[in-house]
Amino acid sequence: MNIHPNYFYSKNDEWVSVEGNKATIGISDYAQDSLSDIVFVEISVSAGDSLAAEDNIGTIESVKAASDIYTPVAGTVTEINNKVIDSPELLNRDPFGEAWLIKLSSDTGFDTSHLMDADAYRKYCEDRG
Amino acid sequence: MFIPHTDADRESMLAAIGKKDLNELFDVVPEKYRFPKLNLQPGLTEPEVTFLLDEISSANLSLDHTACFTGAGAYHHYIPAAIDNLISRGDFYTAYTPYQPEISQGTLQAVYEYQSLMARLTGMEASNASHYDGATACAEAGILAYHQYHGKRKKILVSAGLHPHYLLTLKTYLQDFDGMQIECPKAASLDEINPQRLEEKIDTDTAVVLVQYPDFFGQIQDFSELAKAVHEKGSLLCVCINPIALGLLKTPGEMGADIVVGEGQPLGIPLSYGGPYLGIFTTRKELIRKVSGRIVGETVDNRGQRAYVLTLTAREQHIRREKATSNICSNQGLNALTAAIYLSLLGRNGLQAVAKLCYDKAHYTAKEISKIHGYRILNQRPFFHEFVVSCPQAPSDINQHLLDHGMIGGYDLSEEYPMLGNAMLIAVTEMINKEDIDDLCELLKEGEHHGRH
Repeated sequence: MNIHPNYFYSKNDEWVSVEGNKATIGISDYAQDSLSDIVFVEISVSAGDSLAAEDNIGTIESVKAASDIYTPVAGTVTEINNKVIDSPELLNRDPFGEAWLIKLSSDTGFDTSHLMDADAYRKYCEDRG
Repeated sequence: MFIPHTDADRESMLAAIGKKDLNELFDVVPEKYRFPKLNLQPGLTEPEVTFLLDEISSANLSLDHTACFTGAGAYHHYIPAAIDNLISRGDFYTAYTPYQPEISQGTLQAVYEYQSLMARLTGMEASNASHYDGATACAEAGILAYHQYHGKRKKILVSAGLHPHYLLTLKTYLQDFDGMQIECPKAASLDEINPQRLEEKIDTDTAVVLVQYPDFFGQIQDFSELAKAVHEKGSLLCVCINPIALGLLKTPGEMGADIVVGEGQPLGIPLSYGGPYLGIFTTRKELIRKVSGRIVGETVDNRGQRAYVLTLTAREQHIRREKATSNICSNQGLNALTAAIYLSLLGRNGLQAVAKLCYDKAHYTAKEISKIHGYRILNQRPFFHEFVVSCPQAPSDINQHLLDHGMIGGYDLSEEYPMLGNAMLIAVTEMINKEDIDDLCELLKEGEHHGRH
């Protein structure tokens, strides 16, 4: 299992990478592995939408299940990754890189205090088996 | 008896919702209705019950011996004898798709054939395994549209030509549905029920525009321009159809519809006092993941043989729980099978012939009625097998007169559509023959004399 060392993680297995006033959001390697083959990605927010932490941003459907995705942090949507909508299998291949889902911006920065760092998330995943 | 909840379970559930007693949940039911005294007769033997039920049912009028000019959403068509024979086979005789579906390949294949026929009939790319009836299919179209725009578009625009009961069902399904609003612009005449008047009301808050084809009053209108206007605003167009009419008419798919719904009862399903019927639901391919209910797909098994599976079930309630596209995932399996057999037996030419017979007989009837003093046909536009007649007296009086002579008249529009005056909706299917039509006209003439006394 891969865990990106510099990202923050939610209990729902989303990650967020913060660079100043910009953040990128995706789902973890653990999440893509539990879902197995991902066949459909729907992003239900669009650029300009303002989101609160834990707002629903879309749905990921695999051959096993359909799961909702939530943003771990608040902010304004600046970009949607259309590549992952066109090729959902990217999520299985590169969940921390090419298969990011949305980008956010926030003038006030991002509050990550309620999220796990890489070490805490690794333990969280191991405890679930 | 299996009682799943212990007293402790019940108490903790009641505490969670702030009720002291289970009976408090029934406070909304007036007390006198909660435990009414039932006036039950002493038991009867089987022969006695059979005799009693026979006696009661002999008061019914059978459509085998009675001409019927009522349609309004349910139509008396000929049902080929092969249908009952095939659907009552033990392997098919179930109301539902099975819960371990892939073991029942025959059932799945039948549903797949049904879906293929519906997609072709409506000119759309995909179909689900059916809904309960036309009304619930309409309501599901509203729910699909809600999901398509993630709840951001709040308006459903409905034509006044939609079946009034379908509108009511749509309202019931969508009441308290995250602020969804249903707007149905009133029409003062049949002429005002047209796509141009709807076009003005479409805005960027409109999720779906719902029209009927032919509409409730039988009118046939082309919705191609409406489809363009709907799409310009980024909304969806849903067309509610009569499947028999599509034997003659341009398909909604050709007009640019995004969703097609309809009542499938005319396809070999008996009138049966109003149900169970069949809800047709077809869409463009790109909406398929938003379609509620079951969908059967064709694939190959591990030996490379053709096989059928329930597909896209990840959206369904047994997996997604409260996040499911809809909480109704059952279908009308047996009636869907009936429709598939009906269409297979008739074929393209047969369906066309039935539609043509209905059309011709309805137009002959309209022509003959319009010759009777005091009667006028209100339809100015082309119509299919149903039309509105303005009558010289209350439709209920006319219908009573017809019933006294063993004939079922038209649907009385005067209560739901008072602006049309003493109006009656008359449907004519292939089951009506020329003598029936001539008898109807004779009785209408007589009735007119009665009215003058």
